[in-house]
Amino acid sequence: MAYFQRSHFTPWLLLAPQLIIVSVFFFWPAWQAVKQAFYIEDAFGLSQQFAGLSNFIAVLSNPNYYSVIWTTVVFSLSVALGAMSIALFLAVLADRVIKGASTYKTFLIWPYAVAPAVAGVLWLFLFDPSLGLITALLERLGIEWNHNLEGGQALLLVILASVWKQMSYNFVFFLAGLQAIPKSLLEAAAIDGASPMRRFWTIIFPLLSPTSFFLLVMNSIYAFFETFGTIDTVTSGGPGSATTTLVYKIYQDGFVGQNLGTSAAQSVLLMVLVGGLTFIQFRFVERRVQY
Amino acid sequence: MRYQRLGLNLVSHLLLAAGCGLFFLPVWLAFTASTHSMSDLYTHIAPLWLGDVGLGNYVQLLSEPVSGLNTGMLRLLFNSLVMATGIAVGKIVISVLAAYAIVFFRFPFRRLCFWLIFITLMLPVEVRILPTYEVVANLHMLDSYSGLILPLIASATATFLLRQFYLTIPPELVEAARIDGAGPWRFLKDILLPLSKTNLAALFVIMFIYGWNQYLWPLLITTDADYMTVVVSLKRMLTTGDALVPWQDVTATAILAMGPPILVILLLQRYFVKGLVDAEK
Repeated sequence: MAYFQRSHFTPWLLLAPQLIIVSVFFFWPAWQAVKQAFYIEDAFGLSQQFAGLSNFIAVLSNPNYYSVIWTTVVFSLSVALGAMSIALFLAVLADRVIKGASTYKTFLIWPYAVAPAVAGVLWLFLFDPSLGLITALLERLGIEWNHNLEGGQALLLVILASVWKQMSYNFVFFLAGLQAIPKSLLEAAAIDGASPMRRFWTIIFPLLSPTSFFLLVMNSIYAFFETFGTIDTVTSGGPGSATTTLVYKIYQDGFVGQNLGTSAAQSVLLMVLVGGLTFIQFRFVERRVQY
Repeated sequence: MRYQRLGLNLVSHLLLAAGCGLFFLPVWLAFTASTHSMSDLYTHIAPLWLGDVGLGNYVQLLSEPVSGLNTGMLRLLFNSLVMATGIAVGKIVISVLAAYAIVFFRFPFRRLCFWLIFITLMLPVEVRILPTYEVVANLHMLDSYSGLILPLIASATATFLLRQFYLTIPPELVEAARIDGAGPWRFLKDILLPLSKTNLAALFVIMFIYGWNQYLWPLLITTDADYMTVVVSLKRMLTTGDALVPWQDVTATAILAMGPPILVILLLQRYFVKGLVDAEK
Protein backbone atom coordinates (compact mmCIF):
# COMPACT_ATOMS: atom_id res chain seq x y z
CA MET A 1 0.00 0.00 0.00
CA ALA A 2 1.25 3.44 -0.86
CA TYR A 3 0.95 6.10 1.76
CA PHE A 4 0.97 9.82 2.07
CA GLN A 5 3.98 10.21 4.30
CA ARG A 6 5.32 13.66 3.89
CA SER A 7 2.57 15.50 5.68
CA HIS A 8 2.88 14.93 9.40
CA PHE A 9 0.14 17.32 10.30
CA THR A 10 -2.64 16.15 7.98
CA PRO A 11 -3.45 12.78 9.60
CA TRP A 12 -3.96 14.42 12.98
CA LEU A 13 -6.23 16.99 11.43
CA LEU A 14 -8.24 14.19 9.85
CA LEU A 15 -8.45 12.21 13.06
CA ALA A 16 -9.19 15.15 15.31
CA PRO A 17 -13.00 15.26 15.05
CA GLN A 18 -13.44 11.57 15.78
CA LEU A 19 -10.85 11.50 18.55
CA ILE A 20 -12.36 14.53 20.27
CA ILE A 21 -15.91 13.17 20.15
CA VAL A 22 -14.82 9.72 21.26
CA SER A 23 -12.84 11.15 24.18
CA VAL A 24 -15.57 13.47 25.40
CA PHE A 25 -18.56 11.20 24.92
CA PHE A 26 -17.04 7.79 25.31
CA PHE A 27 -13.85 7.63 27.34
CA TRP A 28 -14.73 10.32 29.82
CA PRO A 29 -18.14 8.79 30.65
CA ALA A 30 -16.73 5.26 30.69
CA TRP A 31 -14.05 6.40 33.14
CA GLN A 32 -16.70 8.16 35.23
CA ALA A 33 -18.74 4.95 35.33
CA VAL A 34 -15.78 2.99 36.60
CA LYS A 35 -14.98 5.69 39.16
CA GLN A 36 -18.56 6.06 40.39
CA ALA A 37 -18.78 2.34 40.93
CA PHE A 38 -16.26 2.71 43.76
CA TYR A 39 -17.89 5.72 45.40
CA ILE A 40 -21.02 6.38 47.37
CA GLU A 41 -22.72 9.64 46.53
CA ASP A 42 -25.54 11.27 48.44
CA ALA A 43 -28.79 11.91 46.65
CA PHE A 44 -27.98 15.52 45.81
CA GLY A 45 -24.55 14.77 44.41
CA LEU A 46 -22.96 17.06 46.98
CA SER A 47 -20.47 14.72 48.56
CA GLN A 48 -18.70 11.58 47.49
CA GLN A 49 -17.10 8.98 49.65
CA PHE A 50 -14.77 6.22 48.59
CA ALA A 51 -16.56 2.97 49.20
CA GLY A 52 -14.24 0.31 47.87
CA LEU A 53 -16.13 -2.69 46.61
CA SER A 54 -19.24 -2.07 48.68
CA ASN A 55 -21.34 -1.04 45.65
CA PHE A 56 -20.45 -4.29 43.94
CA ILE A 57 -21.16 -6.27 47.08
CA ALA A 58 -24.52 -4.52 47.42
CA VAL A 59 -25.41 -5.45 43.84
CA LEU A 60 -24.16 -9.02 43.97
CA SER A 61 -25.63 -9.86 47.35
CA ASN A 62 -29.10 -8.83 46.25
CA PRO A 63 -31.04 -11.94 45.16
CA ASN A 64 -33.14 -9.73 42.91
CA TYR A 65 -30.07 -9.12 40.74
CA TYR A 66 -29.82 -12.81 39.94
CA SER A 67 -33.45 -13.01 38.92
CA VAL A 68 -32.79 -10.06 36.59
CA ILE A 69 -29.84 -11.94 35.11
CA TRP A 70 -32.06 -14.98 34.64
CA THR A 71 -34.74 -12.86 32.95
CA THR A 72 -32.10 -11.37 30.66
CA VAL A 73 -30.80 -14.82 29.69
CA VAL A 74 -34.28 -16.24 29.00
CA PHE A 75 -35.27 -13.11 27.09
CA SER A 76 -32.10 -12.90 24.98
CA LEU A 77 -32.02 -16.59 24.10
CA SER A 78 -35.70 -16.60 23.15
CA VAL A 79 -35.33 -13.49 21.01
CA ALA A 80 -32.17 -14.74 19.29
CA LEU A 81 -33.43 -18.27 18.62
CA GLY A 82 -36.93 -17.13 17.69
CA ALA A 83 -35.84 -14.41 15.29
CA MET A 84 -33.15 -16.62 13.75
CA SER A 85 -35.26 -19.72 13.19
CA ILE A 86 -38.15 -17.83 11.60
CA ALA A 87 -35.72 -15.89 9.42
CA LEU A 88 -33.89 -19.06 8.37
CA PHE A 89 -37.14 -20.81 7.52
CA LEU A 90 -38.35 -17.92 5.34
CA ALA A 91 -34.92 -17.42 3.77
CA VAL A 92 -34.69 -21.08 2.76
CA LEU A 93 -38.10 -20.79 1.11
CA ALA A 94 -37.20 -17.50 -0.62
CA ASP A 95 -33.92 -18.99 -1.83
CA ARG A 96 -35.56 -22.02 -3.42
CA VAL A 97 -38.38 -20.24 -5.27
CA ILE A 98 -35.90 -18.23 -7.40
CA LYS A 99 -38.71 -16.32 -9.09
CA GLY A 100 -39.87 -13.59 -6.78
CA ALA A 101 -37.12 -13.93 -4.18
CA SER A 102 -36.35 -10.22 -4.36
CA THR A 103 -40.02 -9.30 -4.09
CA TYR A 104 -40.31 -11.31 -0.91
CA LYS A 105 -37.17 -9.63 0.34
CA THR A 106 -38.80 -6.23 -0.09
CA PHE A 107 -41.88 -7.42 1.77
CA LEU A 108 -39.88 -8.85 4.64
CA ILE A 109 -37.13 -6.29 5.05
CA TRP A 110 -39.05 -3.25 6.27
CA PRO A 111 -39.57 -4.21 9.95
CA TYR A 112 -35.84 -3.52 10.32
CA ALA A 113 -36.68 0.16 10.01
CA VAL A 114 -39.31 0.10 12.76
CA ALA A 115 -38.08 1.47 16.08
CA PRO A 116 -38.04 -1.06 18.93
CA ALA A 117 -40.33 1.27 20.88
CA VAL A 118 -42.79 1.45 17.97
CA ALA A 119 -42.68 -2.33 17.55
CA GLY A 120 -43.59 -2.54 21.23
CA VAL A 121 -46.58 -0.26 20.72
CA LEU A 122 -47.86 -2.30 17.77
CA TRP A 123 -47.78 -5.53 19.75
CA LEU A 124 -49.16 -3.88 22.84
CA PHE A 125 -52.19 -2.95 20.78
CA LEU A 126 -52.63 -6.53 19.50
CA PHE A 127 -52.59 -7.81 23.07
CA ASP A 128 -54.50 -4.99 24.71
CA PRO A 129 -56.67 -6.58 27.43
CA SER A 130 -59.84 -4.77 26.37
CA LEU A 131 -59.63 -4.38 22.58
CA GLY A 132 -56.67 -6.40 21.35
CA LEU A 133 -57.36 -8.76 18.46
CA ILE A 134 -55.14 -11.55 19.75
CA THR A 135 -56.53 -11.14 23.27
CA ALA A 136 -60.00 -11.74 21.84
CA LEU A 137 -58.81 -14.81 19.92
CA LEU A 138 -57.14 -16.20 23.00
CA GLU A 139 -60.28 -15.65 25.00
CA ARG A 140 -62.20 -17.87 22.58
CA LEU A 141 -59.62 -20.57 23.23
CA GLY A 142 -60.22 -20.14 26.92
CA ILE A 143 -56.93 -18.35 27.66
CA GLU A 144 -57.15 -15.32 29.86
CA TRP A 145 -54.63 -12.70 28.75
CA ASN A 146 -53.52 -9.82 30.92
CA HIS A 147 -49.86 -8.94 30.70
CA ASN A 148 -50.32 -6.22 33.31
CA LEU A 149 -50.82 -8.92 35.91
CA GLU A 150 -49.11 -12.03 34.55
CA GLY A 151 -45.31 -11.84 34.51
CA GLY A 152 -44.90 -14.75 32.10
CA GLN A 153 -47.32 -13.23 29.60
CA ALA A 154 -45.57 -9.86 29.82
CA LEU A 155 -42.24 -11.51 29.05
CA LEU A 156 -43.76 -13.41 26.14
CA LEU A 157 -45.22 -10.21 24.72
CA VAL A 158 -41.89 -8.38 24.86
CA ILE A 159 -40.20 -11.37 23.23
CA LEU A 160 -42.76 -11.45 20.41
CA ALA A 161 -42.36 -7.75 19.65
CA SER A 162 -38.56 -8.06 19.68
CA VAL A 163 -38.56 -11.13 17.45
CA TRP A 164 -40.88 -9.43 14.98
CA LYS A 165 -38.54 -6.48 14.62
CA GLN A 166 -35.29 -8.47 14.48
CA MET A 167 -36.40 -11.14 12.03
CA SER A 168 -35.79 -9.00 8.93
CA TYR A 169 -32.16 -8.33 9.84
CA ASN A 170 -31.52 -12.06 10.12
CA PHE A 171 -33.46 -12.73 6.94
CA VAL A 172 -31.18 -10.43 4.90
CA PHE A 173 -28.09 -12.26 6.15
CA PHE A 174 -29.46 -15.77 5.81
CA LEU A 175 -30.67 -15.08 2.27
CA ALA A 176 -27.27 -13.68 1.31
CA GLY A 177 -25.61 -16.71 2.89
CA LEU A 178 -27.91 -19.12 1.09
CA GLN A 179 -27.42 -17.47 -2.25
CA ALA A 180 -23.67 -17.86 -1.84
CA ILE A 181 -23.94 -21.67 -1.59
CA PRO A 182 -23.02 -23.19 -4.96
CA LYS A 183 -26.11 -24.65 -6.58
CA SER A 184 -24.05 -27.48 -8.11
CA LEU A 185 -23.52 -28.89 -4.63
CA LEU A 186 -27.24 -29.15 -4.05
CA GLU A 187 -27.86 -30.56 -7.50
CA ALA A 188 -25.25 -33.24 -6.97
CA ALA A 189 -26.87 -34.22 -3.69
CA ALA A 190 -30.28 -34.28 -5.35
CA ILE A 191 -29.00 -36.57 -8.12
CA ASP A 192 -27.63 -38.88 -5.43
CA GLY A 193 -31.17 -39.08 -4.12
CA ALA A 194 -31.00 -36.82 -1.07
CA SER A 195 -34.40 -35.45 -0.08
CA PRO A 196 -34.89 -31.68 0.37
CA MET A 197 -34.88 -32.18 4.16
CA ARG A 198 -31.67 -34.13 4.05
CA ARG A 199 -30.06 -31.59 1.71
CA PHE A 200 -30.92 -28.88 4.21
CA TRP A 201 -29.48 -30.60 7.28
CA THR A 202 -26.36 -32.08 5.69
CA ILE A 203 -25.34 -29.33 3.25
CA ILE A 204 -27.10 -26.02 3.73
CA PHE A 205 -27.17 -25.89 7.51
CA PRO A 206 -23.45 -26.64 8.07
CA LEU A 207 -22.43 -24.20 5.34
CA LEU A 208 -24.51 -21.50 6.99
CA SER A 209 -22.84 -21.91 10.37
CA PRO A 210 -20.55 -18.84 10.04
CA THR A 211 -23.60 -16.69 9.26
CA SER A 212 -25.55 -18.24 12.11
CA PHE A 213 -22.71 -17.68 14.54
CA PHE A 214 -22.37 -14.06 13.54
CA LEU A 215 -26.11 -13.56 13.84
CA LEU A 216 -26.17 -15.17 17.26
CA VAL A 217 -23.72 -12.54 18.50
CA MET A 218 -25.59 -9.68 16.84
CA ASN A 219 -28.98 -10.89 18.11
CA SER A 220 -27.68 -11.18 21.66
CA ILE A 221 -26.37 -7.63 21.51
CA TYR A 222 -29.72 -6.49 20.13
CA ALA A 223 -31.61 -8.28 22.90
CA PHE A 224 -29.30 -6.89 25.57
CA PHE A 225 -29.34 -3.25 24.58
CA GLU A 226 -31.67 -2.17 21.81
CA THR A 227 -34.79 -3.77 23.24
CA PHE A 228 -34.88 -1.13 25.97
CA GLY A 229 -37.46 0.83 23.98
CA THR A 230 -39.69 -2.22 23.56
CA ILE A 231 -39.59 -3.07 27.24
CA ASP A 232 -40.18 0.50 28.35
CA THR A 233 -43.24 1.05 26.15
CA VAL A 234 -44.80 -2.37 26.68
CA THR A 235 -44.24 -3.21 30.34
CA SER A 236 -41.86 -0.69 31.97
CA GLY A 237 -40.05 -3.70 33.37
CA GLY A 238 -43.09 -5.09 35.15
CA PRO A 239 -45.25 -6.54 36.46
CA GLY A 240 -43.00 -6.75 39.49
CA SER A 241 -39.66 -7.18 37.79
CA ALA A 242 -40.81 -9.87 35.35
CA THR A 243 -39.45 -8.06 32.29
CA THR A 244 -36.57 -6.16 33.86
CA THR A 245 -33.37 -6.90 31.98
CA LEU A 246 -29.88 -5.84 33.05
CA VAL A 247 -29.93 -2.65 31.01
CA TYR A 248 -33.40 -1.77 32.22
CA LYS A 249 -32.30 -2.20 35.81
CA ILE A 250 -29.35 0.15 35.31
CA TYR A 251 -31.81 2.75 34.09
CA GLN A 252 -34.27 2.11 36.91
CA ASP A 253 -31.68 2.23 39.68
CA GLY A 254 -29.77 5.17 38.26
CA PHE A 255 -32.47 7.47 36.91
CA VAL A 256 -35.63 6.48 38.68
CA GLY A 257 -34.09 5.37 41.97
CA GLN A 258 -31.23 7.92 41.90
CA ASN A 259 -28.88 5.29 43.24
CA LEU A 260 -25.79 6.29 41.30
CA GLY A 261 -23.24 4.01 42.93
CA THR A 262 -25.05 0.72 42.46
CA SER A 263 -26.16 1.74 38.98
CA ALA A 264 -22.55 2.46 38.03
CA ALA A 265 -21.43 -0.82 39.58
CA GLN A 266 -24.01 -2.61 37.43
CA SER A 267 -22.76 -0.75 34.36
CA VAL A 268 -19.24 -1.95 35.06
CA LEU A 269 -20.43 -5.51 35.64
CA LEU A 270 -22.36 -5.39 32.37
CA MET A 271 -19.35 -4.01 30.50
CA VAL A 272 -17.24 -6.88 31.83
CA LEU A 273 -19.97 -9.38 31.00
CA VAL A 274 -20.46 -8.14 27.43
CA GLY A 275 -16.73 -7.85 26.85
CA GLY A 276 -16.20 -11.36 28.22
CA LEU A 277 -19.01 -12.84 26.16
CA THR A 278 -17.72 -11.29 22.97
CA PHE A 279 -14.25 -12.58 23.75
CA ILE A 280 -15.43 -16.12 24.53
CA GLN A 281 -17.68 -16.27 21.50
CA PHE A 282 -14.95 -15.21 19.13
CA ARG A 283 -12.21 -17.18 20.80
CA PHE A 284 -13.81 -20.53 21.43
CA VAL A 285 -17.13 -20.88 19.67
CA GLU A 286 -15.90 -19.65 16.33
CA ARG A 287 -13.29 -22.38 16.13
CA ARG A 288 -15.88 -25.10 16.21
CA VAL A 289 -17.89 -23.52 13.45
CA GLN A 290 -17.34 -25.06 10.04
CA TYR A 291 -16.18 -22.85 7.23
CA MET B 1 -33.16 -27.20 -12.46
CA ARG B 2 -34.18 -30.81 -12.20
CA TYR B 3 -34.23 -31.06 -8.45
CA GLN B 4 -36.89 -28.42 -8.11
CA ARG B 5 -40.30 -29.89 -7.48
CA LEU B 6 -43.35 -28.05 -8.65
CA GLY B 7 -45.51 -28.91 -5.65
CA LEU B 8 -42.84 -27.87 -3.17
CA ASN B 9 -42.42 -24.57 -5.00
CA LEU B 10 -46.09 -23.84 -4.72
CA VAL B 11 -46.03 -24.61 -1.00
CA SER B 12 -43.00 -22.36 -0.63
CA HIS B 13 -44.78 -19.47 -2.32
CA LEU B 14 -47.82 -19.96 -0.13
CA LEU B 15 -45.77 -20.05 3.06
CA LEU B 16 -43.77 -16.98 2.04
CA ALA B 17 -46.90 -15.03 1.22
CA ALA B 18 -48.36 -16.04 4.57
CA GLY B 19 -45.14 -14.95 6.28
CA CYS B 20 -45.20 -11.55 4.58
CA GLY B 21 -48.85 -11.16 5.55
CA LEU B 22 -48.27 -12.10 9.17
CA PHE B 23 -45.42 -9.64 9.48
CA PHE B 24 -47.55 -6.92 7.97
CA LEU B 25 -50.58 -7.63 10.15
CA PRO B 26 -49.57 -5.56 13.23
CA VAL B 27 -49.02 -2.52 11.02
CA TRP B 28 -52.29 -3.01 9.17
CA LEU B 29 -54.24 -3.28 12.42
CA ALA B 30 -52.54 -0.16 13.76
CA PHE B 31 -53.51 1.65 10.60
CA THR B 32 -57.13 0.55 10.66
CA ALA B 33 -57.39 1.50 14.34
CA SER B 34 -56.02 4.95 13.55
CA THR B 35 -58.95 5.58 11.21
CA HIS B 36 -61.60 5.03 13.90
CA SER B 37 -62.90 7.33 16.58
CA MET B 38 -62.09 6.45 20.16
CA SER B 39 -65.67 5.60 21.11
CA ASP B 40 -65.88 3.37 18.05
CA LEU B 41 -62.71 1.53 19.03
CA TYR B 42 -63.80 0.80 22.56
CA THR B 43 -67.15 -0.71 21.57
CA HIS B 44 -65.60 -3.64 19.66
CA ILE B 45 -62.32 -5.44 19.46
CA ALA B 46 -59.63 -4.01 17.16
CA PRO B 47 -61.23 -3.42 13.73
CA LEU B 48 -59.88 -5.24 10.69
CA TRP B 49 -61.06 -2.62 8.24
CA LEU B 50 -60.88 1.17 7.89
CA GLY B 51 -63.26 3.34 9.90
CA ASP B 52 -65.40 6.40 9.28
CA VAL B 53 -62.91 8.96 10.52
CA GLY B 54 -60.57 8.26 7.64
CA LEU B 55 -57.45 10.33 8.01
CA GLY B 56 -59.20 12.70 10.39
CA ASN B 57 -57.13 11.56 13.37
CA TYR B 58 -53.95 12.32 11.45
CA VAL B 59 -55.16 15.78 10.48
CA GLN B 60 -56.06 16.50 14.08
CA LEU B 61 -52.75 15.12 15.40
CA LEU B 62 -50.71 17.18 12.98
CA SER B 63 -52.62 20.40 13.47
CA GLU B 64 -53.18 20.50 17.23
CA PRO B 65 -50.67 20.31 20.10
CA VAL B 66 -50.17 16.77 21.35
CA SER B 67 -52.16 16.26 24.54
CA GLY B 68 -49.99 16.64 27.63
CA LEU B 69 -46.94 17.75 25.66
CA ASN B 70 -47.57 21.34 24.59
CA THR B 71 -45.81 20.65 21.32
CA GLY B 72 -47.13 19.87 17.88
CA MET B 73 -46.61 16.53 16.19
CA LEU B 74 -44.90 18.31 13.30
CA ARG B 75 -42.31 19.62 15.71
CA LEU B 76 -41.71 16.09 17.07
CA LEU B 77 -41.31 14.72 13.54
CA PHE B 78 -38.96 17.58 12.69
CA ASN B 79 -36.86 16.83 15.79
CA SER B 80 -36.61 13.18 14.79
CA LEU B 81 -35.58 14.21 11.30
CA VAL B 82 -32.89 16.57 12.61
CA MET B 83 -31.58 13.93 14.99
CA ALA B 84 -31.52 11.13 12.40
CA THR B 85 -29.95 13.27 9.68
CA GLY B 86 -27.49 14.80 12.12
CA ILE B 87 -26.35 11.41 13.35
CA ALA B 88 -26.11 9.96 9.83
CA VAL B 89 -24.24 12.90 8.31
CA GLY B 90 -22.10 13.55 11.39
CA LYS B 91 -21.03 9.95 11.69
CA ILE B 92 -20.23 9.69 8.00
CA VAL B 93 -18.16 12.88 7.96
CA ILE B 94 -15.99 12.09 10.96
CA SER B 95 -15.65 8.46 9.91
CA VAL B 96 -14.61 9.24 6.35
CA LEU B 97 -11.83 11.47 7.68
CA ALA B 98 -10.69 9.15 10.46
CA ALA B 99 -10.69 6.02 8.32
CA TYR B 100 -8.81 7.91 5.62
CA ALA B 101 -6.10 8.90 8.10
CA ILE B 102 -5.79 5.38 9.49
CA VAL B 103 -5.58 3.59 6.14
CA PHE B 104 -3.65 6.00 3.94
CA PHE B 105 -1.19 7.66 6.33
CA ARG B 106 1.71 6.44 8.40
CA PHE B 107 2.34 8.46 11.54
CA PRO B 108 3.42 7.90 15.14
CA PHE B 109 0.76 6.43 17.49
CA ARG B 110 -1.27 5.24 14.52
CA ARG B 111 -2.00 1.89 16.15
CA LEU B 112 -2.95 3.56 19.41
CA CYS B 113 -5.44 5.81 17.60
CA PHE B 114 -6.81 2.77 15.83
CA TRP B 115 -7.47 0.96 19.10
CA LEU B 116 -8.82 4.04 20.87
CA ILE B 117 -11.44 4.35 18.16
CA PHE B 118 -12.30 0.69 17.76
CA ILE B 119 -12.68 -0.11 21.42
CA THR B 120 -15.85 2.00 21.28
CA LEU B 121 -17.47 -0.77 19.24
CA MET B 122 -17.74 -2.79 22.42
CA LEU B 123 -19.88 -0.56 24.60
CA PRO B 124 -23.14 0.91 23.33
CA VAL B 125 -24.49 4.08 24.89
CA GLU B 126 -26.99 2.11 27.00
CA VAL B 127 -24.22 0.78 29.24
CA ARG B 128 -22.59 4.10 30.07
CA ILE B 129 -25.83 6.01 30.06
CA LEU B 130 -25.63 7.74 33.45
CA PRO B 131 -22.12 9.19 33.20
CA THR B 132 -22.77 10.22 29.59
CA TYR B 133 -25.82 12.07 30.84
CA GLU B 134 -23.69 13.87 33.40
CA VAL B 135 -21.08 14.82 30.84
CA VAL B 136 -23.74 16.23 28.55
CA ALA B 137 -25.34 18.08 31.47
CA ASN B 138 -21.96 19.58 32.41
CA LEU B 139 -21.53 20.79 28.85
CA HIS B 140 -25.00 22.41 29.04
CA MET B 141 -26.26 20.34 26.14
CA LEU B 142 -29.45 18.93 27.69
CA ASP B 143 -32.49 19.85 25.62
CA SER B 144 -30.51 20.69 22.52
CA TYR B 145 -29.89 19.14 19.14
CA SER B 146 -26.17 18.83 19.75
CA GLY B 147 -26.92 16.92 22.95
CA LEU B 148 -29.18 14.58 21.03
CA ILE B 149 -26.69 14.01 18.25
CA LEU B 150 -23.08 14.17 19.42
CA PRO B 151 -22.98 11.39 22.06
CA LEU B 152 -24.48 8.95 19.57
CA ILE B 153 -21.84 9.76 16.99
CA ALA B 154 -19.16 8.56 19.39
CA SER B 155 -18.94 5.03 18.07
CA ALA B 156 -16.75 3.45 15.48
CA THR B 157 -19.18 1.39 13.44
CA ALA B 158 -18.99 3.65 10.39
CA THR B 159 -15.24 4.14 10.74
CA PHE B 160 -14.79 0.40 10.83
CA LEU B 161 -16.91 -0.21 7.72
CA LEU B 162 -15.14 2.50 5.75
CA ARG B 163 -11.74 1.19 6.80
CA GLN B 164 -12.69 -2.25 5.46
CA PHE B 165 -13.61 -0.66 2.17
CA TYR B 166 -10.53 1.59 1.92
CA LEU B 167 -8.29 -1.43 2.44
CA THR B 168 -9.62 -2.88 -0.82
CA ILE B 169 -8.50 0.15 -2.85
CA PRO B 170 -5.55 -0.95 -5.01
CA PRO B 171 -2.27 0.74 -4.00
CA GLU B 172 -1.59 1.54 -7.66
CA LEU B 173 -4.38 4.05 -7.53
CA VAL B 174 -2.71 5.99 -4.73
CA GLU B 175 0.63 5.69 -6.52
CA ALA B 176 -0.81 7.00 -9.78
CA ALA B 177 -2.50 9.89 -8.04
CA ARG B 178 0.72 10.86 -6.33
CA ILE B 179 2.73 10.69 -9.53
CA ASP B 180 0.16 12.97 -11.13
CA GLY B 181 0.81 15.39 -8.31
CA ALA B 182 -2.36 14.95 -6.29
CA GLY B 183 -2.05 15.71 -2.60
CA PRO B 184 -3.94 13.91 0.15
CA TRP B 185 -6.96 16.24 0.08
CA ARG B 186 -7.29 16.04 -3.65
CA PHE B 187 -7.05 12.25 -3.59
CA LEU B 188 -9.81 12.14 -0.99
CA LYS B 189 -12.09 14.50 -2.88
CA ASP B 190 -11.58 13.39 -6.48
CA ILE B 191 -10.88 9.69 -6.16
CA LEU B 192 -11.77 8.14 -2.83
CA LEU B 193 -15.14 9.79 -2.22
CA PRO B 194 -16.52 9.09 -5.70
CA LEU B 195 -15.39 5.46 -5.33
CA SER B 196 -17.16 5.06 -1.99
CA LYS B 197 -20.50 6.47 -3.12
CA THR B 198 -22.33 3.15 -2.74
CA ASN B 199 -20.86 2.53 0.68
CA LEU B 200 -21.73 6.01 1.85
CA ALA B 201 -25.32 5.58 0.67
CA ALA B 202 -25.53 2.29 2.56
CA LEU B 203 -24.08 3.87 5.68
CA PHE B 204 -26.52 6.73 5.41
CA VAL B 205 -29.49 4.35 5.39
CA ILE B 206 -28.22 2.34 8.35
CA MET B 207 -27.29 5.40 10.42
CA PHE B 208 -30.46 7.33 9.58
CA ILE B 209 -32.58 4.44 10.81
CA TYR B 210 -30.37 4.04 13.87
CA GLY B 211 -30.76 7.72 14.69
CA TRP B 212 -34.47 7.95 14.03
CA ASN B 213 -35.18 4.91 16.21
CA GLN B 214 -33.18 5.99 19.26
CA TYR B 215 -35.21 5.81 22.43
CA LEU B 216 -33.33 5.77 25.71
CA TRP B 217 -31.02 8.68 24.98
CA PRO B 218 -33.61 11.23 23.80
CA LEU B 219 -35.90 10.06 26.60
CA LEU B 220 -33.30 11.02 29.19
CA ILE B 221 -31.95 14.28 27.93
CA THR B 222 -35.13 15.97 26.71
CA THR B 223 -37.30 17.40 29.44
CA ASP B 224 -38.38 20.23 27.15
CA ALA B 225 -41.00 18.82 24.76
CA ASP B 226 -39.69 21.11 22.02
CA TYR B 227 -36.73 18.77 21.63
CA MET B 228 -38.55 15.48 22.11
CA THR B 229 -38.62 12.97 19.26
CA VAL B 230 -41.71 11.26 17.93
CA VAL B 231 -40.60 7.78 19.04
CA VAL B 232 -40.23 8.97 22.64
CA SER B 233 -43.57 10.76 22.62
CA LEU B 234 -45.37 7.41 22.19
CA LYS B 235 -44.67 6.41 25.76
CA ARG B 236 -46.12 9.69 27.03
CA MET B 237 -49.33 9.04 25.12
CA LEU B 238 -49.58 5.54 26.54
CA THR B 239 -49.20 6.67 30.14
CA THR B 240 -52.66 7.96 30.87
CA GLY B 241 -53.05 6.91 34.47
CA ASP B 242 -56.59 5.64 34.98
CA ALA B 243 -58.00 7.06 31.76
CA LEU B 244 -58.45 4.88 28.68
CA VAL B 245 -55.51 4.78 26.28
CA PRO B 246 -56.37 6.93 23.24
CA TRP B 247 -55.44 4.11 20.88
CA GLN B 248 -56.59 5.98 17.77
CA ASP B 249 -53.94 8.65 18.47
CA VAL B 250 -51.28 6.20 19.64
CA THR B 251 -51.60 4.03 16.54
CA ALA B 252 -51.63 7.09 14.27
CA THR B 253 -48.46 8.35 15.95
CA ALA B 254 -46.88 4.91 15.58
CA ILE B 255 -47.65 4.96 11.85
CA LEU B 256 -46.17 8.45 11.54
CA ALA B 257 -43.11 7.38 13.54
CA MET B 258 -42.34 4.41 11.33
CA GLY B 259 -43.14 6.04 8.00
CA PRO B 260 -39.92 7.92 7.26
CA PRO B 261 -37.40 5.17 8.12
CA ILE B 262 -39.46 2.58 6.22
CA LEU B 263 -39.56 4.90 3.24
CA VAL B 264 -35.80 5.33 3.39
CA ILE B 265 -35.17 1.60 3.60
CA LEU B 266 -37.51 0.78 0.72
CA LEU B 267 -36.19 3.54 -1.57
CA LEU B 268 -32.56 2.71 -0.89
CA GLN B 269 -33.05 -1.02 -0.41
CA ARG B 270 -30.36 -1.98 -2.90
CA TYR B 271 -27.67 -0.01 -1.08
CA PHE B 272 -28.94 -1.04 2.31
CA VAL B 273 -28.76 -4.78 1.70
CA LYS B 274 -25.37 -4.54 0.08
CA GLY B 275 -24.03 -2.26 2.77
CA LEU B 276 -25.35 -4.38 5.61
CA VAL B 277 -24.04 -7.67 4.30
CA ASP B 278 -20.71 -6.36 3.00
CA ALA B 279 -20.06 -4.52 6.21
CA GLU B 280 -20.15 -7.57 8.38
CA LYS B 281 -17.86 -9.76 6.30
